[in-house]
Amino acid sequence: MSELRFEKTSIRVGHGARALTAVDGVDLVVPARSIVGLIGESGSGKSTLGRAAVGLNPVSGGRILLDGQPLARQLRRGAVQMVFQDPMSSLDPRMTIGDSIAESISRRRIRRATDRRREVERLLELLDLEPQWADEYPEKLSGGQRQRIALARALAARPEVLIADEITSALDVSIQGSILNQVKDLQRQFGFSMLFISHNLSVVRYLCDQVAVIYLGRLVEQGPAEDVLSDPQHPYTRELLEASPDSGGPLVQPGGILHAVGDGEATDPHHPPTGCRYHPRCPVGPAVHPDRNACRTSVPLPLGRAHHAACHFAAMTETPLTATT
Amino acid sequence: MTARTSSSAPDPSTPSPARRLLAGLAKTIRTPMGATATVFLGVVLLAAIVAPMLWSGTAAKVDATALDQGPSGEHWLGTDNLGRDLLLRVLVAARLSVLLSLSATAIGISLGLLLGAAPWLLGPRLGRLAAAFVNIAVAFPMLLMTLFFAVIFGVGVQGSVCAIGISMAPWFARLTQTLIAGVQKRDFVAAARIARVSRFGVLRRHILPNIAEPLIVNVALAAAAALLAFAGLSFLGLGVQAPEYDWGLLLNEGLSGIYVNPAGALGPGIAIVVAGLGFNLFGEALAKVLGSRHKVRTFRPRGASRTVSGSGGHPRQHATDGSAGDAIAPAGEVPVLEVDRLRVSLDTPNGTVSPVREISFSMKRGEALGVVGESGSGKSLTALAVAQLLESPLHVEAATLRLLGKDLMAADPRSRATRRFLATSLGLVFQNPTTSFNPTMRIGPQLAEVARLHQDMSRRQAGARAVDRLRAVRIPGAERRAKQYPHEFSGGMRQRAMVGMAMMGNPSLIIADEPTTALDVTIQRQVLNLLEQIRVENQVAVLLISHDISVIGQFCSRVLVMYAGRVVEELPSADLRTSARHPYTRALLSAVPDMTADRSQPLATVPGRPVDPADRPAGCAFAPRCTFATAQCHTAEPPLQEVGSGGTVACWNPQEGAVTAVQGQVQQAGRGQA
Repeated sequence: MSELRFEKTSIRVGHGARALTAVDGVDLVVPARSIVGLIGESGSGKSTLGRAAVGLNPVSGGRILLDGQPLARQLRRGAVQMVFQDPMSSLDPRMTIGDSIAESISRRRIRRATDRRREVERLLELLDLEPQWADEYPEKLSGGQRQRIALARALAARPEVLIADEITSALDVSIQGSILNQVKDLQRQFGFSMLFISHNLSVVRYLCDQVAVIYLGRLVEQGPAEDVLSDPQHPYTRELLEASPDSGGPLVQPGGILHAVGDGEATDPHHPPTGCRYHPRCPVGPAVHPDRNACRTSVPLPLGRAHHAACHFAAMTETPLTATT
Repeated sequence: MTARTSSSAPDPSTPSPARRLLAGLAKTIRTPMGATATVFLGVVLLAAIVAPMLWSGTAAKVDATALDQGPSGEHWLGTDNLGRDLLLRVLVAARLSVLLSLSATAIGISLGLLLGAAPWLLGPRLGRLAAAFVNIAVAFPMLLMTLFFAVIFGVGVQGSVCAIGISMAPWFARLTQTLIAGVQKRDFVAAARIARVSRFGVLRRHILPNIAEPLIVNVALAAAAALLAFAGLSFLGLGVQAPEYDWGLLLNEGLSGIYVNPAGALGPGIAIVVAGLGFNLFGEALAKVLGSRHKVRTFRPRGASRTVSGSGGHPRQHATDGSAGDAIAPAGEVPVLEVDRLRVSLDTPNGTVSPVREISFSMKRGEALGVVGESGSGKSLTALAVAQLLESPLHVEAATLRLLGKDLMAADPRSRATRRFLATSLGLVFQNPTTSFNPTMRIGPQLAEVARLHQDMSRRQAGARAVDRLRAVRIPGAERRAKQYPHEFSGGMRQRAMVGMAMMGNPSLIIADEPTTALDVTIQRQVLNLLEQIRVENQVAVLLISHDISVIGQFCSRVLVMYAGRVVEELPSADLRTSARHPYTRALLSAVPDMTADRSQPLATVPGRPVDPADRPAGCAFAPRCTFATAQCHTAEPPLQEVGSGGTVACWNPQEGAVTAVQGQVQQAGRGQA
């Protein structure tokens, strides 16, 4: 249906001395009818990017296009919707569930109160919820139920693109699966495109067609989900995969030896490193190989076609990852 | 003076906001403070309504035969210099005094709301300007502003109402601004903006209803302030002018004759005090009732202070073997921790609820035991009960609760020896490293505190020990880092410092409650490896609590699976995927996609929702969500029984065979209730 395109998008947040560039020149395409996963650690700018796509964060550089059109006009008709991480704070506790959902239904599309009410009930049923809940307040509901209502609210606007920001990370494991199933079903049924923001690699792998990995505001690797997660090119992606508890590899080393390189101080986003932003933590970078100066001085460009990584030494996969100094 | 009478169970139905406020008001009236305030206010309002109707003529009548009289049977407060009855005048003045202060408050609120909402309505640029204006205005004392405006507007009723109203506005604006700032960051406001609701619409529909309660409380308080301010202005001669009169003016007149007739000044004075107290107390009582409403339901105790605990005062349910609380047995074969039939209960008006029951396990030296379960399964309560950190109204019962052979149930939790024992042999790591450190203390002294209190170390020794511990948890530049504040540490670094704090004594057991849930995966791995290193090198037993069965499976040698406050299965973690028997354990395992999950298949799900401990179903608590449940499961609770391969399971229909990641044995079933 619609393609969401980030072109050299930069986003600055905060003002004055506290301002920082949370997203720096990101090129990313969410093709029509597909799900793109955005992976990164907290503070990497992944949520900032998602919020910019619904107009909650102003873009300071580059642009965001929907089907080649500037975003602002498209947003007015509700073409891009978002589901938030915390279902406890995403529903107004002083508003009935029905009113919350109805708020997203375009008045141009459905005008009469009775029709709007019928639409709310239809949406609740679509999400396997009781239609009579429309008159209730969200107080009593569980996290999973609230997240469904948040989904219903997003769908009420007939979105062409859905931004899902960590939608399952606040839920219990046993509830997570049903929400993911439902998101997948709905995406197939309505054909919207989706940017799925998550830190959980196996969930992203299960749900998404494409994956983009973001580190300190810059994309470091992107490509088809299977390719990126089975054959990661960027050392940061490999690090993430290795640290994922359900990656299959050993999470805890015998005796508990820590990674010496990744163990350094966290990078201050106010003063990002020069060159490749990952270089101070990189196990194949100058911290381990002092001769690799390029990492410090020049920004690596994403190379390759369908699957590319922004790393000077991406091809050198034989370099041992668990290098210790 | 507290609102204790209102501690009834939370209303099961969800009333509308207006009904909720009314219910809050009704509750307020029933509290002691609320009742007093209501009586005071009632008297004042009654006087304000009735007195002018009955006595306005009489109170204005000049009586030349009774000038400046003291209190008598005829004139209880005496008369003024025109012979008018002072009691009647005080009563009649109630209407003007209350009306004027309420109008001033109304002006103050309207202006304040407008100014306070301006930053939200005008957007970030102009909004900052509006906020700056309010910040400057709020810096001037209210009394000064009132006098300033009273002079500008001129003496008289209108002038002083405006003066008080305007001088109140910045204060209200500031309050509104702060409240709005708290609400506007929440996601439902973002959602409304995505739905293209105008800024004014969001303010009216989402923000105002959510800040109404504190605002209303403050209106009551402000009314009291306005009343006083008005009395002050009239007293100074800037407010109400004769022949009209309010309490302030009466006070002024009474004061000039205070040596002749003290009652003439005391009367209006008391009236002001009663009315002021009425408004003030009413506001306070309302704040207490409305403010406490959200806290009624929670089970989770807050904080990690060592002021222990619920076991005192409650008879122990199970008899112990008499050898209570004696010296620590030699640590050879003695398990680090023995827990038998641990129960945590809470008395509610609807009977006793036990969020944790029948928990039994023991831990050897250097063992890693995992506790896994969903929110509400009681896993954190179990940990806190072991650490003796639960406070009333929660109370702990156990047949056995021994740490290093010392019976904790028999030990007096308040005694210095017990606290010292717990502080040095037990380390705790909590989920959120941001809130578990005191932000105003440097990291080093914070770690050293434990050693100074419980290990009798000097400041210097304790400081050196803290640096040593920080080094042990691999914090680079430990000396320098010890002098830094918590906010200068990253999340992972703080959690490592927290582990360092747990290691200040020489603990035999570390309880880590979701230590990595707030952390990124790469940092999670660092912290887990650190715990592993400490476990191996120092032979410290680690009790790891998590909702993530993959983390538990990787870190621990044995796993306890908890559901609805009970252990439903215990097994070696190596056997999780091959021989987990309880349908719940199997569901947990298959509900998480792994890196080999089949993308074309739907994920396995568990129907239904986690159990509320106050509303546990009969029989097996998992039965309503279980695909294998039979009639027996709904009536009888299965006991925890030993099965082959060294595990135990509490299930009438244990399952066999390996668990696959997706679909597995668990039916992808009715998601309706999830």
